[in-house]
Amino acid sequence: MKKTIAALVLAGLASAASATDQIRIGFMSTLSGPSAALGIDIRDAFALALKANGGRLGGVPAEMIVVDDQMNPDTGKQLVARLLKKDRVDVVTGIVFSNVMLAVAPAILDNQTFLVSANAGPGAYSGEGCNPYFYAVSWQNDGYHEAAGHYATTKGLKNVVLLAPNYPAGKDALTGFKRLYKGQVVDEIYTKLGQLDFAAELAQVRAAKPEAVYIFQPGGMGINFIKQWVAAGLNRQMTLITPGFSADEDVIKAVGDPMLGMFNTSHWAHDLGNAENRRFVADFQKEYGRTPTVYAAQGYDTARLLDAAVREIKGRVEDKPAFGKALAAAPFKSVRGDFRFNVNHFPVQSYYLRQIWRDPGGRVTNKLVSTVLTNHADFYASACRMKPW
Amino acid sequence: MDAILLAEQALNGLQFGLMLFLLAAGLTLVFGIMDMINLAHGSLYMVGAYLAASVATASGSFVLAVLAAMAGTAVLGALLEGSLLRHLYQRDHLHQVLATFGLILMANEAVRMIWGPEALSLNPPQALSGPVELGAELFYPAYRLMIIAVGLAVAVLLYFLVAHTRLGMLVRAGASNREMARIMGVRVRLVFTLVFAIGAALCALAGALLGPLLAVQVGMGESVLILAFVVIVIGGIGSVRGAFVGALLVGMVDTMGRTLLPMSLRAVLPPSVAANLGPALASILIYVLMAGVLFFRPQGLFPARG
Repeated sequence: MKKTIAALVLAGLASAASATDQIRIGFMSTLSGPSAALGIDIRDAFALALKANGGRLGGVPAEMIVVDDQMNPDTGKQLVARLLKKDRVDVVTGIVFSNVMLAVAPAILDNQTFLVSANAGPGAYSGEGCNPYFYAVSWQNDGYHEAAGHYATTKGLKNVVLLAPNYPAGKDALTGFKRLYKGQVVDEIYTKLGQLDFAAELAQVRAAKPEAVYIFQPGGMGINFIKQWVAAGLNRQMTLITPGFSADEDVIKAVGDPMLGMFNTSHWAHDLGNAENRRFVADFQKEYGRTPTVYAAQGYDTARLLDAAVREIKGRVEDKPAFGKALAAAPFKSVRGDFRFNVNHFPVQSYYLRQIWRDPGGRVTNKLVSTVLTNHADFYASACRMKPW
Repeated sequence: MDAILLAEQALNGLQFGLMLFLLAAGLTLVFGIMDMINLAHGSLYMVGAYLAASVATASGSFVLAVLAAMAGTAVLGALLEGSLLRHLYQRDHLHQVLATFGLILMANEAVRMIWGPEALSLNPPQALSGPVELGAELFYPAYRLMIIAVGLAVAVLLYFLVAHTRLGMLVRAGASNREMARIMGVRVRLVFTLVFAIGAALCALAGALLGPLLAVQVGMGESVLILAFVVIVIGGIGSVRGAFVGALLVGMVDTMGRTLLPMSLRAVLPPSVAANLGPALASILIYVLMAGVLFFRPQGLFPARG
């Protein structure tokens, strides 16, 4: 009997030794320009989770190859070709913007490499186009906006003007908002992606005289929009509602006090009470000296999902069906609380309402107010016929 | 369509146009007098913005930041002209384009090395951060009003400089016939350096003033460079007056187009089509304008050369 166990242990060791001795993560993100803060937060939180594991994912030494897509789809394509062909990565993650995602995803998925998104969750991969190699740890693009639309309805806002950049996630955003908003949409304004001066659009909003304005302007675009919104005095004339992206720590840091009182929706808040989150927020603050954003929470969760899935398959990442099944089971505790993947590999999760306030320490930051949507699944999943392994 | 919207958009167009003018004035003179295509003009704008952001952070004074950025960039421009660009005047345009494109890449990398890849934030002075009530229900950001005032002042100053001073006379002579001016004994080298330095200072002024409205980032010069070229092609190469009119035209057409075009499309087309078509058409409007001007007046609106 003892001998059998010893033999089994030896066999186990042998198979562990023959398994991958290293897992390579291609981390492509937006790390320069006005929206660099997003990619940097994802990168830093991913690295933090890796560091807490002693540089390993699921017990296997992990190498993180970090590249900057500069928010440019063409740059992204070149970098991904290098990550796949030269670096031969096992997983690609870190992509912030949906336009970059849509440009590079076909190459990654055709190569049968796992694409685990820590941010962009475009509609193209959540419905009919769902793919066994594509996982979004963050959200489906519409999620935040559906929550915001629902909130605007319950608050009784009768008419709104919507404003978003003219790119895939911008269209997803306004579609999402309208799906659960029951009032009247006075106007939909599309801006250029990367636009930083909103004078013309602000004048248009002022003339339309809506009760509220909903914007989706991620990163530096949001910082500029809200600054100019305040400078134009529009904050005295109407309510501004934003998704969590445009009211997170990076925007608050740049705009400051004028944001006090604003409401926004998100899938995570730094004051969510679960144990994983408390530890994440404390560790992140200790390591980097700043409050984490939703992007950071997503980066952290992505690393921890990979960690748990690799552990589940005992490091055999080259066994793709096994790795895929382990990822889909999501055997980890997310900092956002309840989390599971739907059939399309997009999260089923709750969305919260946050408000910006001055905390007792005098810091302007977000405060969790209530749950807007509980265990919310996206509307695309029903169209997804996921290919079995 | 109401009067307030029109008034506000007119101010926005004026503000955008005047900033374009600051950029285009230097570019058109360099192109017109020295027959030099300087693609690195946008890099001077970027350097100016970065200098302003640094000085503003260090000193806390926005005015000081603007002045320091102008002085610093003017010196840099003069050094650049004296050391490198001077050797390119006799070469053909392809050489100039290649060399100055190289300068763009070097400037971007240098800025990335010195200031880092993240965008810097430059805030407007506290006193100008709110809106001003200009009339019934018409609020306008105080900072943008200030920019308009500065832009107009510089335009008047430049007009005076070009039309009523000795330097201006030499500049105009150079623009209308470079060889003749040289034969008549104009010390072109000195004039060239001076013109280049003034152009650089104007770039820096635009960069510093637009910094708080946009973002101080690597590569900010390239997008604006294209617009500046559109402006000088519309206005007529070498003509400051042309640059002024061209800049205001481009500013107005772009601003008004972004609002009015989607609005009017929605009146005639189904909303989903209009939502797709509107922004796309609005963004090419200025190029349509340029094509139209070139079709009827290939030399631009105010050609400097007879």
